[in-house]
Amino acid sequence: MIQFQNVTKRFGDFTAIDDLTIGIYEKEFFALLGPSGCGKTTMMRMLAGFETPTEGSIYLAGQDMAPVPPNKRATNMMFQSYALFPHLSIWENIAFGLKREGMAKPQISDRVNEMLRLTRLEKFASRKPHQISGGQRQRVALARSLAKKPKLLLLDEPLGALDKKLRQDTQFELMDIQEKTGTTFVIVTHDQEEAMTVASRVAVMDNGRIIQVATPDRIYETPNSVYVADFIGEVNIIDGIATPNGEESYSVAWKDGQAPLNVKSPSSFSDGQSCHLAIRPEKVTINAEKPTGADNVVEGKILDIAYLGNLSTYHVELPSGAVIKAQSANTRRISRRAFTWEDTVWLSWTATAGVLLAA
Amino acid sequence: MKRMSWFNTVSLTLGFAFLYVPMLILVIYSFNESKLVTVWAGFSTKWYGELMQNEAFLSAAWVTIKVAVISSTIATVLGTMAAYVLVRGGRFMGRTLFSGMIYAPLVMPEVITGLSLLLLFIGIGLDRGVLTIVLAHTTFSMCYVSVVVSSRLVTFDRSLEEAALDLGCSPSEAFRLVTLPIIAPAVISGWLLAFTLSLDDLVIASFTSGPAATTLPIKIYSAVRLGVSPEINALSTLMIAIVTIGVLTASLVNKRQIVRQQREEKEAGRN
Repeated sequence: MIQFQNVTKRFGDFTAIDDLTIGIYEKEFFALLGPSGCGKTTMMRMLAGFETPTEGSIYLAGQDMAPVPPNKRATNMMFQSYALFPHLSIWENIAFGLKREGMAKPQISDRVNEMLRLTRLEKFASRKPHQISGGQRQRVALARSLAKKPKLLLLDEPLGALDKKLRQDTQFELMDIQEKTGTTFVIVTHDQEEAMTVASRVAVMDNGRIIQVATPDRIYETPNSVYVADFIGEVNIIDGIATPNGEESYSVAWKDGQAPLNVKSPSSFSDGQSCHLAIRPEKVTINAEKPTGADNVVEGKILDIAYLGNLSTYHVELPSGAVIKAQSANTRRISRRAFTWEDTVWLSWTATAGVLLAA
Repeated sequence: MKRMSWFNTVSLTLGFAFLYVPMLILVIYSFNESKLVTVWAGFSTKWYGELMQNEAFLSAAWVTIKVAVISSTIATVLGTMAAYVLVRGGRFMGRTLFSGMIYAPLVMPEVITGLSLLLLFIGIGLDRGVLTIVLAHTTFSMCYVSVVVSSRLVTFDRSLEEAALDLGCSPSEAFRLVTLPIIAPAVISGWLLAFTLSLDDLVIASFTSGPAATTLPIKIYSAVRLGVSPEINALSTLMIAIVTIGVLTASLVNKRQIVRQQREEKEAGRN
């Protein structure tokens, strides 16, 4: 539905978006994820019409958007600051866009009431924005941007100002509303958990380029680069030299004095090519005894334990000085915990647990 | 409440005495029976009565108010437009020069402003009267309005305007329906500032007024040169009263609004 064709955006000498080509499908919940300053907000503002591409073009439903001003676009935006009109009541805020469309009064009233129901704000219709709480304001902003039934809804860090609990609830509400209305949602966020939760596809951005576009599980399990692996969640990155030793199977030499690691990888590496093995902490098992039959086993000493409540992350120092993180669920009470600082432990993982990435 | 230390009490008393004793003396003498301003001869309100009979003063007062209302209204429109362009216009050629030129008249000696306006009006053959005073007052009070409004616009959340555009407003509708109502308090205080400046201006008005139209400050000034009369005291007392009532009303309204807003926010917090 949306097509970015070789889009470049420069502000003076600074290149915010660098020769970007990407498609967004209809009825999709698409997330732009990246650190601040990576160009994700610029992309969104170009979709809304507040910025124009320096080069290239953006198509919405086949139409070139460059000459269309923001007020003539079938897109609506939910602003990071919510941008609710402080001098208008909640009802009038939601009705604002409908009135501009020249819709008849009874239809406006029906539509506004429908939006109030959808966002559960019926009680607050006559309040002013400063008379309601942050979570309610956020829902008003959403109702206002959905009222005009846009083909495309843009959400700029919509949940940034909410506390964690409320944010999680709202994420599920957003998904629910997206399914009910069938609108295409594009969300900008720097919160990877948020992107993973709500989106059907995630684009990871860095320095004005899209590094990887995939479903949340593929982004997490099969990142295409060290950057993506490192940006999403926790990861151990092991540098080594790959040597093929079978079909899609490699032996990776890493630290001196350590046995080479066995790794399976669908992407091919030549003999002696340097590579990175990215492996998630939860895929590393921590044992008190040396396990038998595991593909990879290393011995180490517990350096640090990060207790997260449901999980604990163990930082294990190997004799070579490298530190590997292993995560395990705290299925027992803390007093019964098996390992403590300075304990000697064995870490193991399977050949398919990690992803082998080119250097 | 805590008792103030003697030092604070003394400095407060001295400060207020410094500010208000002269005015207090003026108010007291306006109720003087005697025609001699400096000799007290008992309480009377007769000078107020005489003031009401004085055609010259009344017409000057009328001219002053007319000039103040018209010039401050024009100044508010022009000043708001100038502020909007300077804050929102982005970086255009000569922007720094323009914003410097907007502030310059604030520090320009009034005598020079008055003189230059006088020369201009003579040059284009405009007869001096109400129109010339209005134009002159608009010229200098516009800068004050633009300073007040632009300081509000700087802190104005730009995304509100963008939201209006996003919801289908043309840029002019966005200004009318969103920006203007939100910056209204700054525009109103700009208007009030322009109004008071015009009300008490003597120097510029004396350059630009003609025999056909005289403002109250000029009238008072020229009357005082012939000797202070109790009538002038009465007139000044009335002006003080009007200003006091105006200031008190404005601050009361403001205070009530703040109290109401706080109460509503507290209620919202409970929900």
